[in-house]
Amino acid sequence: MNRKQLITAFLKFLPEEAILYEAEDLRPYECDALSAYRQMPMIVVLPRTEAEIAAILQICHAGQVPVVARGSGTGLSGGALPHAEGVLLSLAKLNRILDIDPAACTARVQPGVRNLAISEAAASYEMYYAPDPSSQIACSIGGNVAENSGGVHCLKYGLTVHNILRLRVLTIEGDVLEIGADALDSPGFDLLALMTGSEGMLGIVTEITVKLLPKPETVKLVMAVFDDISKAGDAVANVIQAGIIPAGMEMMDKITIHAVEDFVHAGYDLEGAAILLCESDGMAEEVADEIKQIQTILQASGAVRISLARDEAERQLFWAGRKAAFPAAGRVSPDYYCMDGTIPRKHLAHVLEQIEQLSAEYGLRCMNVFHAGDGNLHPLILYDANQLGELEKAEAFGARILEICIQSGGSLTGEHGVGIEKLNQMCLQFNDAERDLFHAVKAAFDPQSLLNPGKAIPELHRCAEFGAMHVHRGAEKFPDIPRF
Amino acid sequence: MQDQTILDQLIQTVTEAAEYKQALCIRGGGSKDFYGNPQALQPPALNTATWQGIVDYEPSELVITARAGTPLAELEKLLHDHGQMLAFEPPCFNTSATLGGCVAAGLSGPRRAYTGAVRDYVLGIGLLDGQGRTLSFGGRVMKNVAGYDVSRLMTGAMGTLGVLLEVSLKVLPKPAVERTLCIQTNMPQAIGIMRRCAAEPLPVSATCFHENQLYVRLSGAESAVHTAHARLGGDEIKDKGSCEENFWKSVRDHTHPFFQQGKSNGKSLWRLSIQSTTPPLSLPGEQLIEWGGALRWLVTDEDTDAAKIRNLASGAGGHATLLHGNKTATPVFHPLSPALLKIHQRLKQQFDPAGILNPQRLYAEF
Repeated sequence: MNRKQLITAFLKFLPEEAILYEAEDLRPYECDALSAYRQMPMIVVLPRTEAEIAAILQICHAGQVPVVARGSGTGLSGGALPHAEGVLLSLAKLNRILDIDPAACTARVQPGVRNLAISEAAASYEMYYAPDPSSQIACSIGGNVAENSGGVHCLKYGLTVHNILRLRVLTIEGDVLEIGADALDSPGFDLLALMTGSEGMLGIVTEITVKLLPKPETVKLVMAVFDDISKAGDAVANVIQAGIIPAGMEMMDKITIHAVEDFVHAGYDLEGAAILLCESDGMAEEVADEIKQIQTILQASGAVRISLARDEAERQLFWAGRKAAFPAAGRVSPDYYCMDGTIPRKHLAHVLEQIEQLSAEYGLRCMNVFHAGDGNLHPLILYDANQLGELEKAEAFGARILEICIQSGGSLTGEHGVGIEKLNQMCLQFNDAERDLFHAVKAAFDPQSLLNPGKAIPELHRCAEFGAMHVHRGAEKFPDIPRF
Repeated sequence: MQDQTILDQLIQTVTEAAEYKQALCIRGGGSKDFYGNPQALQPPALNTATWQGIVDYEPSELVITARAGTPLAELEKLLHDHGQMLAFEPPCFNTSATLGGCVAAGLSGPRRAYTGAVRDYVLGIGLLDGQGRTLSFGGRVMKNVAGYDVSRLMTGAMGTLGVLLEVSLKVLPKPAVERTLCIQTNMPQAIGIMRRCAAEPLPVSATCFHENQLYVRLSGAESAVHTAHARLGGDEIKDKGSCEENFWKSVRDHTHPFFQQGKSNGKSLWRLSIQSTTPPLSLPGEQLIEWGGALRWLVTDEDTDAAKIRNLASGAGGHATLLHGNKTATPVFHPLSPALLKIHQRLKQQFDPAGILNPQRLYAEF
């Protein structure tokens, strides 16, 4: 179907303002937060109800038109990059919180609801929604489901997949799937897990039931400064080895400390090689005990300075620096490229060392922020897109970092998704048969591959070409792990 | 037997079975032979118990990787020795229970409502698909969103999508202190207290109501447990070394007299997983409640109308599973909607095109 035919078909049930097709209206949708990739869609639709979505999908299915779903467009992997001959399905207008049940500790929401809006609405019951991606002020819960988003409190409270109970999903073939339940489990396969993180490739989520948690009574934050980043890494292991699961454990390297301190003046120690933020939450007595224990361990692990945030204002100030890492990168460099690899924590020092070598090799600076508790590394590669070839260099540098993560037994993405960005590295992390099975999973939901085609799972030929390019580097998957 | 030989034999058996369309019954320790549709036990067994051993365990990484045939007891012992545990408290219906069976069945114990289910702790798996291909998904790291979450899809699939070979699990430190309180109350009030416990930031790790007694287990730092006990009231079950542990173990492993009764002749044991706030269900027989109200066990006469039980569970936002009783009269697992069944059948077709892996164990349709 061409644009004109689609507009005619959509106008039968959508108001004019819900259909965008002029270039100036399409422009805001040409990319998500990974702005290096841009593509104008053929048409954008902004439905308000599930029935309208169903009607849109029916037309696209009948006309074999690709559909790309989009929440708030804050994704960092190009998952919502439009399809040139496709419909961009914005779910932003489905933004109602349908129901909060404080006794069941659940909220039923539409996909376009902002992550933070759920916690704000639940606050009157002294509850909140735990996953807190850094973009939570803007990102939508539907997008969180599509990406299985995390945040700084994942180690203790889990990712999106651990914090949702039920999804209502429309398939491209027109079926309504009730996945999960108001109960804690449901019969048959765990399709709730399969849908979570599926990057809009399997179905369109129209309603989500999330779990709410009671707000912790007390929250305390300790900041520790280390003169050596590997000592900071050991400190993290020592805390966990002692049987403590902190609510949050975040690390920053020297270049990051300098960039954010210039920006937010959090009082960070500029002499430090690494700063570790370690948060404890729970009942007042429990937190007091845990903080004491954490301070002792950090001291024994070689911290040169340890400060406990005196009050809530100082706690927010300590966090402000960590949370400002991305904007600070944008301040010290015209452009930055954020990576999202995960590694077993024990390899941290070695991986950072390799990143430093690559930084010299490519002549690009790299800031490292790290969800230390769960091994999720966010190197921010600083570059200038206006300098000829720098973007390409940054991308090559980023790809090398992901390869290092995979070789260390980690993963190419912890919480940002594969999208359009990391397709090549998927060829390294998974073999032909494994990727074949991924395509088979998609085929079970979307046999004609109309939903977000070309994302997340690379086609076999792409890997063949990429493999040919990469063989000489010996980038073998998990060389030290026995394969069966 | 050499490791490689064991693995080669498993691969060969599955490959040949696929070629000849010979159904297989995947079996680890056999502790859950009773679970699932009984006709699935008829085909020749594919024994996975010999494919065992801990592959990797580093306590400070909070990850353990082991082969599917590893006895659950061995795994738990190792974790215990390092002050850690499987936080989902999986049932061991007898000592032969294996890690593979635990993950394939997807059953979790008393701690489930408070710390999560098996699927929440599965980080990665190695598997044999229905064509005998060895594949691995997920990994040994906490966060991993590369590709679809096949590891969790395998959890609870009852072996119908693949033969589990290896599993990586997130583990947690054992709580410093555990204390169980016992409160005398009736069923509606017990459900109310369970819900209040969930809505407040208390270190509750298990709840169980049976015969007018509500048991609440507190786990955490001494100070937290002490404060929570003061707030909730109730008598502490004193004999920590044996009695308390035995109580939760007996609920977990179904050795408690309530479950024993459900396994006796002429009786059925039903598991109703429903919305936690549901008021007491009006059903003939005896009930035991867990998971803050979200799990209702029912022991009833074998001839109690299964449709009535299933309708009540559906109406309460959940489903009902028949664990013990007359399984020829009614399917074990709650029927799926046509739209969901279609997706299940297509996934089965993709993972196991010859339909040889545990056919009908989950649903008669595949």
